[in-house]
Amino acid sequence: MSHAANHPVLDPTIAPPFPVAALPVLRNPQLRKNVAHAIDVIQAKRAKLVNEKTDWQALREAGSAIRAHALDHLGAYLEEFETRCTDAGGHVHWAADAAEARQIILDLLRQENASEVIKIKTMTSAEIQLNPFLEAGGVGVFETDLAEIILQLGDEEPSHIVVPALHVNRSQVREIFARRMGLENLSDDPHALTAAARTYLRQKFLKIPTAISGANFLIAETGAVAIVESEGNGRMCLTLPRTMITLAGIEKVLPRFQDLEVMLQVLARSATGERMNPYTSLWTGVTPGDGPQNFHVVLLDNGRSSILSHPVERQTLKCIRCAACMNACPVYRQTGGHAYGSVYPGPIGAILTPQLMQMQHAQSLPYASSLCGACYEVCPVKINIPEVLLDLRAQVVNQERKQGGRFFDPMYLGLRIANLLFSRAWLFHAAQWMGRIGIKLFTGKDGWIHSLPSIGAKWTQTRDLRGLPSQTFHQWWAARPKEAK
Amino acid sequence: MRASLFITCYNDTLFPETGRAVVRLLERLGVALDFRPQQTCCGQMHANTGFRGEAFSQAKRFVHLYQDSEIVVIPSSSCVAMIRDQYPALFDELGNNTLRNELKTLLPRVYELSEFLIDRLGVEDVGAYFPHRVTYHASCHGLRALHLGERPNRLLAKVRGLDQVQLPNLDRCCGFGGTFSVKNAEVSSAMLAVKLQDVVSTGAEYCTALDNSCLMHLGGAMHRQYAGMKTIHMAEILASTEAVPAEAAQ
Repeated sequence: MSHAANHPVLDPTIAPPFPVAALPVLRNPQLRKNVAHAIDVIQAKRAKLVNEKTDWQALREAGSAIRAHALDHLGAYLEEFETRCTDAGGHVHWAADAAEARQIILDLLRQENASEVIKIKTMTSAEIQLNPFLEAGGVGVFETDLAEIILQLGDEEPSHIVVPALHVNRSQVREIFARRMGLENLSDDPHALTAAARTYLRQKFLKIPTAISGANFLIAETGAVAIVESEGNGRMCLTLPRTMITLAGIEKVLPRFQDLEVMLQVLARSATGERMNPYTSLWTGVTPGDGPQNFHVVLLDNGRSSILSHPVERQTLKCIRCAACMNACPVYRQTGGHAYGSVYPGPIGAILTPQLMQMQHAQSLPYASSLCGACYEVCPVKINIPEVLLDLRAQVVNQERKQGGRFFDPMYLGLRIANLLFSRAWLFHAAQWMGRIGIKLFTGKDGWIHSLPSIGAKWTQTRDLRGLPSQTFHQWWAARPKEAK
Repeated sequence: MRASLFITCYNDTLFPETGRAVVRLLERLGVALDFRPQQTCCGQMHANTGFRGEAFSQAKRFVHLYQDSEIVVIPSSSCVAMIRDQYPALFDELGNNTLRNELKTLLPRVYELSEFLIDRLGVEDVGAYFPHRVTYHASCHGLRALHLGERPNRLLAKVRGLDQVQLPNLDRCCGFGGTFSVKNAEVSSAMLAVKLQDVVSTGAEYCTALDNSCLMHLGGAMHRQYAGMKTIHMAEILASTEAVPAEAAQ
């Protein structure tokens, strides 16, 4: 395929580091325009609806408290969920990691003799790379969320957790549909495009009796699963099929049904800039004669327990996957999602992905932030993402310091030397003096530096730097007449 | 009123004119300033890059150095944010109770320049004159960590001759982010390009801020691109008078 060289890799174990993965996007005008336009639209809608809420900060506080409480008693609430769900006729399975979850789901599909399955959008299934595993196991997988259809048919990768095809524009959608659905004369009119998707989807809904979903929330009190969506494809998957398999991270549990009051308010406003999302579905076990008659929930750990054991990092698990942080992020706005090398991009991805990888992969992600704080400001459950980023950076540095090769890395060397210099004022002042002499080599006649070697070149590749002044401030102060002090 | 000036390592080395302006401004307002020659760095660069132990040793130095200060004034919003937001966690993790208590008593006495002028001195009109078209860049730390809010605008509004133009997308980062600007140089440059478009669109002669780190970033791009604009720390605008204009405007 022509774009194979630039085809994004969303597997953190093999993805290139963030600064490298970002390059093709930074050079791609179409992609940057699509991403900036899409998130500017969502951001503006969100801002308007958040501003109309006079109790927004109180809602955020409540959302944060509910999620923190659920995590503090996660074991008890998960067991309560299991009991209630089982009582209602569902089957609960526990998966320690991605491989176990994939196998459980494939085995369930085989019990059903299912050769095909339809899916409601679930980022958790992308996290465990479920689709390729099922395909390899002989099960045809069909996405039913419009954005996921675009990605599946176009052989694209998700670049956002709420609007996964945000990097694809209308004319690109037209091209994908025309090619894969055999509709040569399809126009790029939105009505025509949705009509084409509808025809494609209806055949799948009517034909395939087995479905896979994710979960926005699990309710411990009732054993219910909640899905919020915009298109109604989720509702179709919950009514027509005979069998439903729900895959959910263990952190998705809420203590009480009543907690939805807060969570649904903050989620819709933060995610899509709507007062309420169009379709909210709740189902509890099995109801005879109504909806799927076989219902399974696969509860996935896959690194979450280990995140929970860190006092600072555990707040990562409060996330309700609204994506407000990526929409607000000035880094994501330039790079889009693929640069993060994970199905979870943006600021939340920068903290979640390396932790899900037990800090063995994706170590460049905690540095993929200017620490501007916009993510924390918009987060509806008040995850202090900059705080977690800093903590993870410290973990990465501690890891890397144990590798001998890092000893002479210019950044490490520079920071160690800087630390020594800052420990004594006279050393710092001596270094300023030497720096002033050394930098003269690189300073132009206009008093500015246009080109530096080593890591300095990373600065001067796009910016100049003013040469060092002949007198530091402390020298000026020391030279002031005594009566002036 | 007595106050200690913590100039910060990069202002001392790269932007001494900002320090000179702070001295001129605060002495004009009747503040007796002291400058402790042992001062070096707050530890922000190390903390933000993940070198926590090193950041802690610099944080300790800072706290010891200013134990007996009535007030510490710092003309850099990101350094104040480092001290206010990161020191407590650093000391919780690596310090002892004595140190934590010393920090606790020191923190309420640490002020960013615009906070000091408005909250402590209670002045908005500092008697400045700066007859130029200026746009204000709210640095991320000033905006979201220190919540400076309208303070900078209130100070600028009282500067005679100054024509202030609002910067579009005021809350958007310039892409500096300390070592981010070299570790992720290309992404940082892309963010800078977008920011510079907004800054240039104002038609201002000067872009000002309360943090020279953003200004070094923006100013470096302005110079590279012959953008016909300059950067100036707000202290220099506020120190500027008819008799002694800002050095950058001379």
